[in-house]
Amino acid sequence: MDIIVCIKQVPETTEVKINPETNTLIRDGVKSIVNPFDMYAIEEGVRIKEKLGGKVIALTMGPPQAEAVLREAISLGVDEGILICDRALAGSDTWATSYTLASAIRKIGKFDLVICGKQASDGDTAQVGPGISAHLDIPQVTYVKKIEEIKEGLARVERMMEEGFEIIETPLPALFTVVKEINEPRLPSLKGLMRARQAKFTVWNHKDLNLEPQDIGLLGSPTQVIKIFTPPVRTGGQILKGEPQEIVDKLVDLLKSEIS
Amino acid sequence: MDYLLNEKEVMVRDLCRQIAQEKIAPVAAEYDKLEKFPHEIMKILAQSDLFSIFVPSQYGGTLELSEGQSVGGVLGLCIATEELSRACGGIAVCYAASALGTFPIILFGTEEQKKKYLPDLASGKKLAAFGLTEPEAGSDASAIKTTAKKEGNFYILNGTKHFITNGGEAETYVIIAMTDKSKGARGASAFIVEKGTPGFSFGKKEDKMGIRASVTRELIFNDCKVPAENLLAREGMGFIVTMKTFDLSRPGVAAQAVGIAQGALDVAVKYAKERHQFGKPISSFQGIQFMLADMATEVEAARALVYAVARMVDSGHTNVSKESAMAKLFASDVAMKVTTDAVQVLGGYGYMRDYPAEKYMRDAKITQIYEGTNQIQRNIIALQLIKEMAK
Repeated sequence: MDIIVCIKQVPETTEVKINPETNTLIRDGVKSIVNPFDMYAIEEGVRIKEKLGGKVIALTMGPPQAEAVLREAISLGVDEGILICDRALAGSDTWATSYTLASAIRKIGKFDLVICGKQASDGDTAQVGPGISAHLDIPQVTYVKKIEEIKEGLARVERMMEEGFEIIETPLPALFTVVKEINEPRLPSLKGLMRARQAKFTVWNHKDLNLEPQDIGLLGSPTQVIKIFTPPVRTGGQILKGEPQEIVDKLVDLLKSEIS
Repeated sequence: MDYLLNEKEVMVRDLCRQIAQEKIAPVAAEYDKLEKFPHEIMKILAQSDLFSIFVPSQYGGTLELSEGQSVGGVLGLCIATEELSRACGGIAVCYAASALGTFPIILFGTEEQKKKYLPDLASGKKLAAFGLTEPEAGSDASAIKTTAKKEGNFYILNGTKHFITNGGEAETYVIIAMTDKSKGARGASAFIVEKGTPGFSFGKKEDKMGIRASVTRELIFNDCKVPAENLLAREGMGFIVTMKTFDLSRPGVAAQAVGIAQGALDVAVKYAKERHQFGKPISSFQGIQFMLADMATEVEAARALVYAVARMVDSGHTNVSKESAMAKLFASDVAMKVTTDAVQVLGGYGYMRDYPAEKYMRDAKITQIYEGTNQIQRNIIALQLIKEMAK
């Protein structure tokens, strides 16, 4: 079974700071890591390979230093890494990103399964995975929490819902996005770390993927960021004191005045 | 201090540190309390290839030996054991004891024995153990009573080993038994005995003061039929096998002591910064500062000695008994002192089970006792000094 895992390099923080001038993320001084949700995608890909054979390719799009996430993926058992790296891709929104990743997957050619994390911890859109499946015209199952069965041409998975889960059977190739309930990612192995140290990665630019500049990067992105801002910090609420009847009356008055 | 570790040693250190912090530290107190064998952690260590670092690559390990070299990876083993011990000396010894059981096979195994046993030990699929100590034979190892009598293509083992680390959990045992009692120490031989061999069973599990996550158990041999091809080296080589094995494994015990001491020091420094008395953090008092300074200096000195000896062993020196003994002696005495002082820094809280300091103190004690008490280490050192003088 040949598996492609799409991963993203993100800043290691839950409080992403934004440059108000350029409306982009401030990455300076923040350590970069593999998007935490993608760690589950890597682990699941490697587990399937260990069970059924085949290989796992990690695919990422980003600046040259994004190679680090491919190296980490190798240390965890992934076989190969591909970096899509091109200035022309700067400013890609989820549409342009998924279009570019889908083109790379098409160029890879043979695969049975694409696995993505459910969303990236910086953008939080959860759109790239489904976008890739749309561009490739293959089935997608999002929020997969368990792969019950997987074999040549067919998979049955559990999809996490807010209440309970769905069991979905899908032909392969397909794309899954996975949630953290699916597994517990392993730590790297020594052999993996040694392999990662020596690993060489394939690097593709937009020409390698036969992409036109107007379809990628900022030009190919229908989403336009008008403004990004940090919401104002909420001030502490008002605590009403007194007898219950009094408080209720005060509350009703306050709500009324708030509405008017 | 910068010990100029090579790339692989740095990888081992960082990987073990990550495992210690993320996987061991959160559960160490629970394993200690329940005296539960850490199967889960052993699985993680196996998956991370840590059992492979002292096994030559041709037998499934990751140790690359240069021409003519037969053993190595001792510094790597020390680094791994130290980092794991920093979180839990008990869990670390389950790992290190497997190395202890593996070394005799690396040192003295035939090509067939190495091919048969080492790959599964290197992958961590199986654990190893070493069985020497008996109820009547502790420091006086020559007093062992377990016998091995040759009958056809088998040796028949009878006797009881006790205080065996990994007893019952290991699959592969190296057992020292007397093949010829009349020859005394020269009548002992070493055997590889597999768990499940008829006549081989496990007895009493010890309830210990420290390193409680590890299992210490009796091994009982009752007409246990061991195939003759499982003899290690030759008949009568049992004590040579033991001594050469200990030369390799003692730096590991020393490293365990360094790790326990470092873990206790970490706890003490953190606590001293947080604990306020007389309106100030206690770390601002010179009485505490001097203690911490001495503790840190002693830990560093112990580490430097252990790494130096491990490097000497790895470089192929064959006569390392004195240095190996020195490392084990010094580091374990440091561990006992530093952990005791760590409890002192934490004061009343240090004495309580809710804080980790007392566990380090309990775990440290065994490092002065096993793989040769520190009195035996001093014997070895002194004997070697006198020998050297006579030359």
